[in-house]
Amino acid sequence: MKKTDAETSLERWNYTTKNYAALTQNKDISTEGYDWTIIITYLLMVSAGLTCIYSAIYTPAHSNLFDFQVSHGKQFMYICIALGLGFIIMLSDYEIYPTFAYILYAVVMLLCIAVIFVSAEVKGAHSWFQVGGFRFQPSEFGKFATALCLAKFLSGYDIKFKNIRTRLIAFGIIGLPMAVTLLQNDTGSAMVYLSFILVLYREGLPGWVLVLGVVAAVVAVLALLIKPLYLLITLSFLATVIIIMFFFIFRRQLTIIYFTIGIWLVSIVMVYSVDFVFNHVMQEHQRTRINVLLGKEIDLKGAGYNVHQSKIAIGSGGVLGKGWLQGTQTKFNFVPEQSTDFIFCTVGEEYGLWGTFLVVGGFVFLLWRLVVMAERQRNKFNRIYAYSVVSILFFHFFINIGMTIGLLPVIGIPLPFFSYGGSSLLGFSILLFILIKLDSNRVHELAGVMD
Amino acid sequence: MITPGSNKRFTFFFIFLLVGLIFLARLVYLQVIDDSYEASARDNVLHQVTLYPSRGLIRDRHGELMVFNDAVYGLIVIPNKIAGMDTAEFCRLLGITPKGFKDRFDKLKRMPGWAPYRSFVFERELSTRTYAAFQEKLFDFPGFYVEVRTDRNYKYNNAAHILGYIGEVTDKDIEKSGGYYKQGDFFGISGIERAYEERLRGRKGVRYVLVDVLNREQGSYKEGKYDSLPIAGEDLTVTIDQRIQQLGEELMVNKIGSIVAIEPQTGELLCMVSSPGYDPNLFIGRERGNNYIKLLQDPLKPLFNRPIAAPYPPGSIFKIVMALIGQQEGVLTPSTTYSCGGGYNNGSNFVGCHPHGSPLDLRGAVQISCNAYFCHVFKTVIDNKKYRYVDEAFNQWRRHAVSFGIGIKLGVELPHVYQGQLPKQALYDKVYGQHHWKASTIISLAIGQGELGITPLQMANVVAILANRGYYIDPHVAKYFGRDKERPNDFAKHNTTVAREYFDVVVEGMHDVVKGGTGIIAAIPGIEVCGKTGTAQNPHGKDHSVFFAFAPKDNPKIAIAVVVENAGYGATWAAPIASLLMEKYLTDTVKRQYLIENMKKGNLMPDFSPAGLARDSVMKAQALLKKQKKKR
Repeated sequence: MKKTDAETSLERWNYTTKNYAALTQNKDISTEGYDWTIIITYLLMVSAGLTCIYSAIYTPAHSNLFDFQVSHGKQFMYICIALGLGFIIMLSDYEIYPTFAYILYAVVMLLCIAVIFVSAEVKGAHSWFQVGGFRFQPSEFGKFATALCLAKFLSGYDIKFKNIRTRLIAFGIIGLPMAVTLLQNDTGSAMVYLSFILVLYREGLPGWVLVLGVVAAVVAVLALLIKPLYLLITLSFLATVIIIMFFFIFRRQLTIIYFTIGIWLVSIVMVYSVDFVFNHVMQEHQRTRINVLLGKEIDLKGAGYNVHQSKIAIGSGGVLGKGWLQGTQTKFNFVPEQSTDFIFCTVGEEYGLWGTFLVVGGFVFLLWRLVVMAERQRNKFNRIYAYSVVSILFFHFFINIGMTIGLLPVIGIPLPFFSYGGSSLLGFSILLFILIKLDSNRVHELAGVMD
Repeated sequence: MITPGSNKRFTFFFIFLLVGLIFLARLVYLQVIDDSYEASARDNVLHQVTLYPSRGLIRDRHGELMVFNDAVYGLIVIPNKIAGMDTAEFCRLLGITPKGFKDRFDKLKRMPGWAPYRSFVFERELSTRTYAAFQEKLFDFPGFYVEVRTDRNYKYNNAAHILGYIGEVTDKDIEKSGGYYKQGDFFGISGIERAYEERLRGRKGVRYVLVDVLNREQGSYKEGKYDSLPIAGEDLTVTIDQRIQQLGEELMVNKIGSIVAIEPQTGELLCMVSSPGYDPNLFIGRERGNNYIKLLQDPLKPLFNRPIAAPYPPGSIFKIVMALIGQQEGVLTPSTTYSCGGGYNNGSNFVGCHPHGSPLDLRGAVQISCNAYFCHVFKTVIDNKKYRYVDEAFNQWRRHAVSFGIGIKLGVELPHVYQGQLPKQALYDKVYGQHHWKASTIISLAIGQGELGITPLQMANVVAILANRGYYIDPHVAKYFGRDKERPNDFAKHNTTVAREYFDVVVEGMHDVVKGGTGIIAAIPGIEVCGKTGTAQNPHGKDHSVFFAFAPKDNPKIAIAVVVENAGYGATWAAPIASLLMEKYLTDTVKRQYLIENMKKGNLMPDFSPAGLARDSVMKAQALLKKQKKKR
């Protein structure tokens, strides 16, 4: 149902007058315009995360929350820093984000490249700066830098996404940090940049690209399970059936026929390239992880250990969970990386089904709310940035929980707001707070209209 | 606000909902539907520690400790808990090669009941030194534990066959026990250890402890609600007299044979010697497997429990039984006399006899051990006109013999008891045809030869019957359990088919044997001994020396049977040995030290040197030829 212009104007007018009083009081800090629902959701999530970290690393010797020797104490400190940063972001002028987007992007990219050469190796990856007693991972900040940069570029004056050159530059902006992160040997974090495809989809990339992506993923999995030749025969058969069906029964739906042929051709390429990549490009441990996930290999000692223990932890939680600090898997350290990438296990074991429902539900709610927020932005920069936030958070949520419950391969990326880690917590917090700040500005924009 | 592409938000909503629902479905499956994870989580943290009870101690009839326990440290492994260990260091500590390490795991994997989360014995017994080294480093080897259990230790190196030994259970035993035993457990394999396994072993306890991922103990599970303490096995007092057991084994050194002594009124076994024997201490510790193989390969068969499992032709001691049966059947009275002209001739068969005065009455015949006399007795028993057919009379004879515990399994608790050989009518029917055989055909039975095989335990039991004048109690080894002296069970009393009144004359005859007959060497000053010698012919070589006796004549305290293989006359070896043991038992000392020395010096072992073996095979061949000639 389309509103008439008159109705829209009236609505705006009502809204503006309602807020005018507040807007004209010339207050620098105003709680008006901040999306409190999201802020509260954020606070609930970091608190829940802190509780889980406390439980995951609990030892009676370090039971004090403010013990900064141990993870929960540090995380508490990071939360405080994050909130401080959030406060500063709220105070800042929203104009600085589009203005400094390119510079920020350049600086972060330089840091990300520099870290490859100066960092010590941590778990096979070169992605950490060591400054005093603190370590810091620039790639966590690469995400919001890239988001800002992409938003800035695509919202530029007379930029049309249909333009091939525009698309190439957009892919370049996303591809650079991805490549750099891969060079850091941090595959998981690099893959996060794939999520920007969702942003591009929103900004004009056709939907078949997503369909193609899903089909490619399905074909890739099948290619790993079935011998290439058999798979090709099956796919060709399916394609023929669909083409004949549409040609004769539905009277020449040519678009669908072309689309089918296209997918068929892509599949052939996929099957062989997956086979090639799997056997010749991937490293042994990655191959094993994938084989374990697909059930082709059972290796409960090595690659499958994490996931197996993680599933035990979650599965043994039952409906009600074992209770706070009562999880035996959690307490006795059966799940490696439990406070970081596998923090969801603690939720599953100690709080059971209702806990995991709340967390999954909470994320779906948050993402939903952020999409709604994105769509209410009046300028393109804000909207693109908002969708970037949505996409990044979704990707982390999808991969991380999918991994802990054994649906996806082990890709070591954190669960936003829950996992232990200063860089990732600060990275996600800044990402979200900038969005909240930008969002709050829509009120000022209106004020501008009135002036 | 409507902008181009804003409808695409629905795609986002759809994706979020889809992913959310897939996750929730998966979580419902993991947390609610599939409940195996709960058990897995328990397996992860719950470590079941078996608490082994100490096995019951064994004492002799005077309370002298014979068998006690030693702590043994076994190395246990739970395969799926092994993580990141230094195999080289582990092998060094244990003194095995990396290949040996791998082999052991391969072996474990082939075991029935293999599961990576179960515990298995990796090394049954660690030496004290290895254990000390291990204890320090156990945390470096997650998945390995040390379990304390008890192994046997023997104070004296004798009575091995009676006591038996314990060893590791086999898969079959585990199955049979219905889950009580698990791999690596010890249980009684032979002797008393096996007979009274269930009372001696006690009850295993269990303790559940929580462990973390590195197998470090983190406290007890639910405040020990499911824990149980081990219950120690019951102590057992046996009927054996350690002193005469010891003396018996010393006297039997370098001889093959058996000694069995019984307290007649109770059926309690006072000693039971099987020679050659072995030191029970060979069956403890890390070398038990190797020692067992060595003993198994020994041509003298030291593991063979001769007293209860080896049948011998009883020889002349069987005449005692004949004398009783003859009287009971009414064909023999104490005054019956037969003359003997150097043997018994009955047409086809001739049974020789040694020179002695003739004719003899029953008492005299027992004293002199006249072959001819007892052939006559046997003939009158079998050809008794009371019965229509010979086989009826034979069966009657057989029934009497059975009532003396001959040809049946005696009720002793020990495993592998042999019933011996007592021919049946069917055997002779088969060989000679029904009604085509008579007393003279089977006359060698009269003097304890022929198809007769009696174990030393049965011999001792027969002489116990003589001592009791007509009955026996099932011979047994267990006296009582625990401090409360609880008797294991009632041992049955068996009356013979021969009436009490017929015994006296035979006992008198036996008394004469020792006083002035074939067994004079068995006489003990101050004690009236009744005995009977036997010289059992055997087709495989020199005669077996057999003697049985009881003492004192009135109110007897000990009944004893001695068999020395291939030693010649009963009076030469068996009688002195029996006499010495009786003296030791009755007076607690032996005055005739010279006799002990003589007996100990005797070496009657078969010669296993090449020359000896050659001679042996020649003798065997000759015996075979003789047999074949006889058949023709």
